[in-house]
Amino acid sequence: MKAWIAFYSIFRKDMRNYYLKPPNISWGIIFPLAWTLMFFVRSQSPVDIRSILPGVMAMSILFGTTSMLAVTITFERRSRSFERLLLAPIDLNILMLAKTSGAILFGLLNAFIPVVFASFLINLAGINWFIVLASVFFLAVTSTFFGLLIAVTVSEVFEAQTFSNFFRFPMVFLCGLFVPIQNLPPFLRPLSYAIPLTYGADILKTAINGEGHLGMGLSFLILMGFSLLFFTISTKNIKEKWIY
Amino acid sequence: MRVDILRVENLTKRYGDFTAVAGIGFTVQKGEVFGFLGPNGAGKTTTINMLTGLARVTEGSAYLAGIDCVKETKRAQKLMGIVPDESNLYPEMTGYENLDFCGALYGLEGKERRDRAHELLQVVGLQEVAHKPFAAYSRGMKRRLTIAAGIIHKPEILFLDEPTTGIDVESARQIRKMLLNLNKGGTTIFLTTHYLEEAERLCGRIAFIVAGKIVKIDTTRGLLEKAQRGQTVQFSLSKGSERAGEVLQAAFPEYDWLVVDGQTLRVHSGKAIDLLPIMEVFRDNSLALYEARVIRPTLEEIFVQITGGEQRKMRAGGGAK
Repeated sequence: MKAWIAFYSIFRKDMRNYYLKPPNISWGIIFPLAWTLMFFVRSQSPVDIRSILPGVMAMSILFGTTSMLAVTITFERRSRSFERLLLAPIDLNILMLAKTSGAILFGLLNAFIPVVFASFLINLAGINWFIVLASVFFLAVTSTFFGLLIAVTVSEVFEAQTFSNFFRFPMVFLCGLFVPIQNLPPFLRPLSYAIPLTYGADILKTAINGEGHLGMGLSFLILMGFSLLFFTISTKNIKEKWIY
Repeated sequence: MRVDILRVENLTKRYGDFTAVAGIGFTVQKGEVFGFLGPNGAGKTTTINMLTGLARVTEGSAYLAGIDCVKETKRAQKLMGIVPDESNLYPEMTGYENLDFCGALYGLEGKERRDRAHELLQVVGLQEVAHKPFAAYSRGMKRRLTIAAGIIHKPEILFLDEPTTGIDVESARQIRKMLLNLNKGGTTIFLTTHYLEEAERLCGRIAFIVAGKIVKIDTTRGLLEKAQRGQTVQFSLSKGSERAGEVLQAAFPEYDWLVVDGQTLRVHSGKAIDLLPIMEVFRDNSLALYEARVIRPTLEEIFVQITGGEQRKMRAGGGAK
């Protein structure tokens, strides 16, 4: 119970201090909007909009969560306020879940901005919203923990951004969004299956268009596996590098 | 009856080949203000970090109220208040919000937390600015609020790392008064400070750490009494105290000579100092002396003697260093 008081307070503080600040709200809206418009403008028909919607949602989640988390944690680490959290009697796992919960929620909200825009342009009937919500949630968790991994690996905010982009942009090209994985050169295909975005985007494709080509259950399992892996490595890094 | 609230045994911290803290041991008694003094890089902050869970212990043990600080860090942290050497609260949050947040980190529930935050804002004299952002506070106000955040959960022991460094005289005075009041209220305080006068005023016992080793532990009174058994004379010169130190060290090697600065020289002896022959040496060597006065040894002298005063202490045959 006491741990949850701390959990909620950390979540609330991060929401107020970072995610609900006007520049971040506008960034959170503008960023997915830019992705949305970029794809929608080049679309030829409403059918195209629906087919690219999963990819735009996935990218919004990936960029939203990783950018925010990498910055907030690196910033707190530099100002030493993160030490205050490490010195509090809270289990490190609960502490890091609390620190990441704001980014997960931010990613969830980011994911639905393209949906809102799409709803004005196309008919969204026939979409399995339960699966969409589940996949958005798991993709937000995985991307957030990926951002966490980056945040605990670097020490400067600019490093966090550079390092994130080093992984994010190749991910976008390899996840099947621009080019279907089957059409990628054979030597790149294994890389596509080694990144979480592929599985999140595939579940979304299945739920929205029925176009996914991977088993949905397997994709969920793989996303959970990635989440667990990123989170475990991150907490291990914190124990080794920050509790020095 | 004296109860040890903190017991440290053979505490060691190594970074590769470098030993930052080398097997130190001491106890802190419940209700005391324990000073932990040493020059920069002596291992003070590393020791605090090990005790509070911010640094891993290479060897040794530490028990806080019987709880193993190494193996049960999170349990031990519940009993600790920690005020780091830099105020690390959240700049965008107000003073009240910071205290409320820190209370939540220790599991205090809503009303209890709010009441405690208001109470502490009054204690540290910040109720007028409670709803201003922390970033807008002066350094002294920031330190006071950081101390308040350290005691929000009524800890058994409060670790303070250089609490008055870099703040103005009036704020430092307020903080010292606050710490004394806290201690009167029963809070045990573990204090590191650069200001020896501060340690002399606040601490009941003092440990001196040099190069990762504790070289002396005693009561402050005991340390001062021992030092005051001898005599210290301070010489003020218009210039050239280093040359004077060399000359006098050679002439009177039985005394401890200390060059305080370019114009000040001190001599200490365990027995009365005969000033007349010293004055003659000043005169014969044309040393520009304009004042000599007997001074009461302070903790600073003791500190310099104990820690070796590597830079400035006159060594027999070595002259001024």
